[in-house]
Amino acid sequence: MSAPATTTPAIPLGQRLAARGLDGLTLLVLPAVLFLLALFIYPFLYGLFLSFTPKAGGALANYQRFFSDSFLYGTIATTLWLALPVTIATLLLAIPIAFRVRLMRHQRLLTTILVIPITLGTVLVAEGLLNYLGPQGWFNRTLMTLGIISSPVKLLHNYWGVMLSLVITGFPFTFLLTLSYLTGVDPALEQAGATLGAGPWDRFRHILLPLLLPGLAITFCLSFVQAFSVFPSAVLLGAPAGPTRVISIAAYQAAFEEYDYSMASAVAMIMGVVQLVIVVAVLGARGLLYRGPAGGGKG
Amino acid sequence: MSIHAANFRELRLDRLCRDFGTHNAVKDVSLTIRQGEFIALLGPSGCGKSTTLNLIAGLLPATGGGIWLDEKRIDPLRPEERGFGMVFQNYALFPHMTVRKNIGFGLKMRGVARAESDRRVAEAVAMVRLQGQEEKLPGQLSGGQQQRVAIARAIAVQPPLVLMDEPLSNLDAKLRLEMRAEIRRIHNTLGATTIYVTHDQEEALSLADRIVVMRDGQIRQVGGPEDLFSRPDHLDVAEFMGFRNKVSGRVASVADGLATVTVGGLGLVGRVRTPVRPGEAAHVSIRPEDLHPVRDGDPGLPAKVVSTEFHGREFVGFARMADDTPLTFLADSRIPHGTDIRLAAQPDSVLVFGEGA
Amino acid sequence: MVKDTRLSTRLWAAANWALIGFFVLNLFAMIATVVTSSFATRWLGTWFPAGWTTRWYSAAWSEFQLSDVLTVTFQIVFLVVFLSGLIGVPAAYALARRDFPGKKLIMLLFLLPLLVPPITFGIPLATVLYRTGLAGSMSGVVLANLVPTVPFVILVMIPFIEQIDTKIEAAARVFGAGTFKLFVHILLPLLMPGILAALLLVLVRTIAMFELTFLTAGPTSQTLVVALYYAVFAAGVRAVQSIDAMAVIYMVTTLVWLVIALRFVNPTQIVARAKR
Repeated sequence: MSAPATTTPAIPLGQRLAARGLDGLTLLVLPAVLFLLALFIYPFLYGLFLSFTPKAGGALANYQRFFSDSFLYGTIATTLWLALPVTIATLLLAIPIAFRVRLMRHQRLLTTILVIPITLGTVLVAEGLLNYLGPQGWFNRTLMTLGIISSPVKLLHNYWGVMLSLVITGFPFTFLLTLSYLTGVDPALEQAGATLGAGPWDRFRHILLPLLLPGLAITFCLSFVQAFSVFPSAVLLGAPAGPTRVISIAAYQAAFEEYDYSMASAVAMIMGVVQLVIVVAVLGARGLLYRGPAGGGKG
Repeated sequence: MSIHAANFRELRLDRLCRDFGTHNAVKDVSLTIRQGEFIALLGPSGCGKSTTLNLIAGLLPATGGGIWLDEKRIDPLRPEERGFGMVFQNYALFPHMTVRKNIGFGLKMRGVARAESDRRVAEAVAMVRLQGQEEKLPGQLSGGQQQRVAIARAIAVQPPLVLMDEPLSNLDAKLRLEMRAEIRRIHNTLGATTIYVTHDQEEALSLADRIVVMRDGQIRQVGGPEDLFSRPDHLDVAEFMGFRNKVSGRVASVADGLATVTVGGLGLVGRVRTPVRPGEAAHVSIRPEDLHPVRDGDPGLPAKVVSTEFHGREFVGFARMADDTPLTFLADSRIPHGTDIRLAAQPDSVLVFGEGA
Repeated sequence: MVKDTRLSTRLWAAANWALIGFFVLNLFAMIATVVTSSFATRWLGTWFPAGWTTRWYSAAWSEFQLSDVLTVTFQIVFLVVFLSGLIGVPAAYALARRDFPGKKLIMLLFLLPLLVPPITFGIPLATVLYRTGLAGSMSGVVLANLVPTVPFVILVMIPFIEQIDTKIEAAARVFGAGTFKLFVHILLPLLMPGILAALLLVLVRTIAMFELTFLTAGPTSQTLVVALYYAVFAAGVRAVQSIDAMAVIYMVTTLVWLVIALRFVNPTQIVARAKR
């Protein structure tokens, strides 16, 4: 060692880094990091940059155009008007079902069935609903045979078709997430509540719901983000030129029909920002809730 | 102290059963518990003691028999209608509520007025000595403090019956001793009736007025701690109470409550615990601390020493008989491995059980 | 989970079951419509088709060049599965075993692609890929699909690796295993169930991934789901039954893998793991 005798012997750099958790093993994370920097962060920054270099006009021209053309800025309201009700509907559907499934001993078959729509994907569900909900489809036929309606309900190529397909494709994820949060609540807490005199409703209101709310907030965000980026079902089941012209359609058209990548990037950025605003608002509200572990004691 | 237990005369379990499929977790358990008693349900894991407690609490529906509180049949009632207090094994404190809210939860559910509730919570807090911690969340408390909150929560509602499910099993040895004393003190102060589930015979012996030993879903023996300790009625119970040496032999004679059992050519005299007849096979149980080496020539069980351990005050020896039966005994000094010795005990400390026991 | 037998509770349970039943019934009816239609000779304005046939399958097969599409689909899917395992598992291992400055930031980097929906990051990504000439080719599609799958593998694997006792690795090292031997003899067998589960899920996700493939695929790099989209989009050009036959083929491909995947993992755990 060349270090003077008055100071402590220098520890080799490698060893010092290792002490902070940086050694050969840590480097294994590098390929994944580089990959995402190149294909996620870079395109994002590139898109951001691109959105400020429009085909014509000043740096903000794309954004000015978006917010002055009701055909464009209207897509935000259209998308929100779809995504928010869909998210709430899937949550309202998923919560009671998750509660029911939790009480079952053999959950596997039912959860598998409920998960199917995830794997089918949005395109197949759209195709299936085109058949099923059509004026001659089984759904309308059944309702007419039962005498509930006299003429077919129009559920396709409008708001409702998109809404229904989003609920179907969004439900499994919302359900699984809710169920996993629910199974994270220690059953002994409910038992403790019962021995202290709380009936089913009180147990739900005072014990389960407060412990579940932070998880439900996350579930809400993730489901919302999925519904917000609706694309295939809005095109196939909705009225893509009118009531279900959602923001992703606008972005797609800018990119692949007008070949204006700059404008497309601007729309994508706006889309990201709107999502972010909602997510941040919900997570901010979540910050006010209890967020510790949902166990009843140690361990 | 104005927290006191609600009054009743006795809690009666009448041939209580609980099946899980074909498995009988609890079978024909009958027991009468009087007001003010501290009862320990003692047994190894899987013996049905926790199931019995859950049946009393109403957390599990019984599949047979009934539970009576004086003249009132309570087994059809839901847990929230029984009004008992329960301390859970992992405490089951509501993690999102402060200590105060946890303790006040039962009062709130009963619709107790705010002022009255505040007063009773304060008393319960004082009872478990947690003053100053009221606004903390359970996650900010130590294990022992969480345990105290769990107890306070159970007693704040002034339940006629306090049920405790292995409440000390999550604490370290020192805290366990401390909380044991606390639980007994609280029981005495409240005049409550407590049913306490444990697998630790020391805990049961030191806490309980009466101990109920369970095995395979059934009650094996009920009795006071001293009673069970010196006069177990069952081979299992004897083993649980520290009679670790178990030797098999044949009964030679029976007289005046004493039996002579021939083991390895030696006649071993002991107190008869379950009926035996001459000529029948029998088991003999002896505590290690009652079994000592004898001088050469005196009668005793022949065995070969395997090892000796120094335990501070005495030496504990391990030996094997010719048929490989292990024996544990006390010795005054270290005995070399392989030494042939003879071991004997006073007839008073030897228990004889019939083959079927 | 307290058992309860009062009337209101029972009514509530019945309502829940009705809800589950309604959902499952409609889901199955929807799937059944597609399957029925794919075997129908003519199906217009009646409950059931006029007759049954399998000819739509051969029609769909040749019309949509399904043999090509399926080959491309599986080439892409298996490449994505392999590469996301290759990149993701080591990264997950490092993140599970080491604590280093900036780890939180890196975790955020891996979380973002799962939180931002594909169409949002897909458009800038596709733009970049078109600029570099990668889009339209198979490698472009694979690269785009890897963006969400690599983080997915990492996030699923981290808790799985964390639950493996580090003492096992320490023991192997003490007994003389070098890094490579440690990996082959100790880690790989221990991690295999987790890797298998994660990769099967990646496989299912990638088959069903529409947006990213749609945005980056060219005519020769379409996967089944994109081909299906174009077929449905251009409905009227071809017989409905032929499109439905293709949909059934697609459905079978995903469901088979889903069933296999679920043999190895409990669906709730997947989400529990993925939720951070």
